Amino acid sequence: MTQLTATPVFDAGQDRTMILNMGPQHPSTHGVLRVMLEIDGETVVRIMPDIGYLHTGIEKTCEAKFYQQVVPLTDRIDYLCPLTNNLCYCLAVEKLLGLEIPPKAQWLRVLLNELTRINSHLVWLGTHALDIGAMTVFLYCFREREDILRLFEAVSGQRMMTSYFRIGGLALEPPLDFLDRVRDFARRFPAKVDEYENLLTANPIWLMRTKGVARITGEDAVALGASGPTLRASGVDIDLRRDLPYSSYDKFNFEVPVAQEGDVFARYLCRVRELRESNKIVEQALAGMPEGPIKAEAPKVVLPNREKMKTQMEALIYHFKIITEGFSVPAGEVYQAVESPRGEMGYYVVSDGTAKPYRVHMRSACLANLQTLPVMCEGRLIADVVAAIGSIDIVLGEIDR
Amino acid sequence: MSLKPAITDLEQLKEHPAVARLQANIPGSIEAAKFEHDEMSLYIVRSSIREACALLRDYPSCPFNFLSDVTCVDWYPAEPRFEVVYHLLSIRQKERVRLKVRLGDDAPSLDSVTPIWPAANFFEREVFDLFGIRFLGHPYLRRIQMPADWEGHPLRKDYPVEGYR
Repeated sequence: MTQLTATPVFDAGQDRTMILNMGPQHPSTHGVLRVMLEIDGETVVRIMPDIGYLHTGIEKTCEAKFYQQVVPLTDRIDYLCPLTNNLCYCLAVEKLLGLEIPPKAQWLRVLLNELTRINSHLVWLGTHALDIGAMTVFLYCFREREDILRLFEAVSGQRMMTSYFRIGGLALEPPLDFLDRVRDFARRFPAKVDEYENLLTANPIWLMRTKGVARITGEDAVALGASGPTLRASGVDIDLRRDLPYSSYDKFNFEVPVAQEGDVFARYLCRVRELRESNKIVEQALAGMPEGPIKAEAPKVVLPNREKMKTQMEALIYHFKIITEGFSVPAGEVYQAVESPRGEMGYYVVSDGTAKPYRVHMRSACLANLQTLPVMCEGRLIADVVAAIGSIDIVLGEIDR
Repeated sequence: MSLKPAITDLEQLKEHPAVARLQANIPGSIEAAKFEHDEMSLYIVRSSIREACALLRDYPSCPFNFLSDVTCVDWYPAEPRFEVVYHLLSIRQKERVRLKVRLGDDAPSLDSVTPIWPAANFFEREVFDLFGIRFLGHPYLRRIQMPADWEGHPLRKDYPVEGYR
């Protein structure tokens, strides 16, 4: 256990070793991660991640906004899964308000969240393979990602920073042909996953670069707070969608891929299987999409639709008040966690009864996952550090916030 | 879903695994308890936080072996000013519990839980960086998000949103 928290003091002038600075502008560090390496020849003796280059004070900014105005900020934390962050924040505030979300909104949220997971895993797979030297996969993955981004654009008007969820439901009804377009995508997608797997899963170069590389045991991964595929690839079977369900995930049927080896290849397999499972959830959501409203029945929180607002005095007043003064949330605190593509994404929202959140804290899955890096890499080659960083699917926007 | 009133009576909550475990082993370590929004919060006495965390982690029937999060809330100008908040999860029993420690304004410090969960390492550094709370026994308590020469602790409530100019 002491080895996991060894004090990373870097002193130059030792006989055999030298200090190598990797990043913050290294192409394989996925953003602005800086890693300090103490190396003996090509072997890593010690490694210390240095973060904070993307810190923008989002938690502080949240305290100065109305509850609804925080939603666009949550997009910008993790730019690969904006809708997961939207969902997590909305669920937390809805829990504080005691709002009941209509089934159709919940199912659309699940559908979009799984598309987000596919989107995020595609970016991960493409860039991870590119890091290790497989160029083609990157182009294939971004081809399908483009389809998903078009779906997001259709539904929210934005390709990446969607802000589509509202406290109490969704912003708008999705366009009429939206579900058909998703159906078309879900039908085509499994064959595409086969294509990626054909390129990688049995590829001897890929296997040599990933099998047995950057191992971590399940025990260490739990102690270091790792979650998501990083944890499940080490044999710990937990998925918040199944174990602590939210937003109707308990009504869906899906498997949670688990692997035992805890190496880069195991994490690769877990995520690729998750691509297929997510596609299954999307298909189930399409097949069983309920009818009904997409916003909760709560005039003091949810904006009225345009027609109501233009014809009814009361609706107009509520609209004006929500826009100008926000809505107040009963005092209290909530910790809501969802399974983001990277692991446990949690929002801790504290309300003091006013229209602005007193404190919003984001539990970042990547921040905890990053702590596993020293355990994975020490004693291995520098080239394996690149594979390890890719395999924990790091997003620096979420780490630094 | 309608809002249920919070339960704050410790007697009613003693069935909860975390409460039972702490009351049996360190009597008097729980200052107060609250059950609201289906979430359990326990206020722990400052001096027993590390012991309490170790007990909960090694609880045989419901091990809270996963430290989800460590953060802090600043209630300035109220006293005691800070609340350090721990979110624990039991992977086996799918149970969550929230521990809180209240700290005064004057040089706030408390025992680090990094020796118990190495996961707390970065979380505690972040709380130190943004709130200025010292974690005693932390192996490497330096700023993590802000530059090393930054002055002040930005998430404190008396720190302006737009920063000092």
